[in-house]
Amino acid sequence: MSATTNIRNWLDERFGWDELMSFLRHKTVPIHRFSYFYFLGGMTLFLFGIQVVTGILLLMYYRPTPNGAFESVQYIMTRVRFGWLIRSIHSWGANVMILTAIAHMFSVFFLKSYRKPRELTWLSGMILLFLVLGFGFSGYLLPWNMLSLFATKVGTNMTAQVPFVGHWILVFLRGGEDVTGATLTRFFGIHVAILPGLATLFIGLHLVLVQRFGMSVPPSVEAEVKAHPEKARELRFFPNFFLRELMAWYVALAVLGSLAAFKPWELGQKADLFASAPAGIRPEWYFMFMFQTLRFLPANVGPFAGDLIGVLGFGLAAVIWTCLPFFDNDKHGRGKRWITGVGVFALAYFVGMTLYAYLAG
Amino acid sequence: MNIDTQGSNQQQNLGSTEAARSSRRHFLEIFLGTSIVASLVSFLYPVLRYLVPPKQTELGPDLVIAAKVGELRPNSGKIFPFAGRPALLILSADGKYHAVSAVCTHLGCTVQYRPDLHEIWCPCHNGVYSIEGANISGPPPRPLQAFDVIVKSDDVYVQRPQNS
Repeated sequence: MSATTNIRNWLDERFGWDELMSFLRHKTVPIHRFSYFYFLGGMTLFLFGIQVVTGILLLMYYRPTPNGAFESVQYIMTRVRFGWLIRSIHSWGANVMILTAIAHMFSVFFLKSYRKPRELTWLSGMILLFLVLGFGFSGYLLPWNMLSLFATKVGTNMTAQVPFVGHWILVFLRGGEDVTGATLTRFFGIHVAILPGLATLFIGLHLVLVQRFGMSVPPSVEAEVKAHPEKARELRFFPNFFLRELMAWYVALAVLGSLAAFKPWELGQKADLFASAPAGIRPEWYFMFMFQTLRFLPANVGPFAGDLIGVLGFGLAAVIWTCLPFFDNDKHGRGKRWITGVGVFALAYFVGMTLYAYLAG
Repeated sequence: MNIDTQGSNQQQNLGSTEAARSSRRHFLEIFLGTSIVASLVSFLYPVLRYLVPPKQTELGPDLVIAAKVGELRPNSGKIFPFAGRPALLILSADGKYHAVSAVCTHLGCTVQYRPDLHEIWCPCHNGVYSIEGANISGPPPRPLQAFDVIVKSDDVYVQRPQNS
């Protein structure tokens, strides 16, 4: 008996290893014309893993203080061997991960994968998306440069618009009335402890739910299979689908490596709490649609402040979007048309406003 | 691969295709395996190099002012920074200056001068050195590195021994 078989038997006797692993053998992925969208979730998970690994590596040198943060990132970028690679992959990876997470969300939405019984899978996924945006927002400040300082000032200021608890949230996020070194320490704690803990919890839940219900098949394919059961095709998850996913991960890693090598992430100028905001202050691209909307809003809408309307509007939209599966309880399982319409509008608004913000400058 | 392909026996033909297939599979497995191992090495190498901290070049000067003349009373010592590490300046009871590294040669604690013993003492594991830095008792395996002391006008200079 080989050593591997011995170890396997040892584990099997104690934990029922074979039983635990049997789900991998039985798990299948339906094959149809939309199967490519099944890669997006795994891709996001892979990129999250990259963020965890590179993030832990950055912690070896990063210092979360107003006098040390910028210098330590500078040190990583210039002195530490391959520091530029690790830091640029972390910055680029964050952006690509948010992109794949958003793409995953829209693909799940339009393929109606959130239908009964998968409402909670959607809900946990939406919570993960908000956590990922929180990662992006909190991580943006950590290099402590001018751009991130003012983006954080503006971003946290927006929360003050929330009625009743707004000011409390602002003080909570900033660690005081203003964005200072205290904010940096706080964002660091949120970025490396609170959010990773929550994300781990919800990724676990999300994966358990995906595993529990299996892959969803879009309604149109479902109808075709019902009419012609012999056309149903499946692929074994392990190793067939997994190896394909692995190839996609390799490509993603190559893309990240190339971006890091040819377009290393900039460091900018060190944050100065008493300097004027430089021109061209803007948030990361995934917040641009909100940024652009707020620029469009007049100072006052009727008796209300324009910003208040904007912030409340986005808050309400996020709640409705998150709860859409609960409205889509169509008896025939095809989903309601108007919900698809809402999705098209949301996607068009997101893409349109983002593009407009960049093109209009 | 198979010399015996002329045989009209179908069984043999089947066997040869199977052999070719399995050798092709074997080749692919080795090809895939080495590719994966090679790429893993290429991922791990930068990470390992990253974890090795860059060398610090700021060792500081080889000559520092450790104290002012008259700052130390006879039979007392003072810790001062020398080349980024603590060093110990002692004015002995008979009025002579001694300077040694204050890093214990046992496990790196910072030693101190004991006026009651007229010796250098490390509190971590009760190591004792003579005033010149020779290890006398306890666990220290080597003497403390000794430095040269130069008294010039009002200052007490300490420098690395010139002969080493």
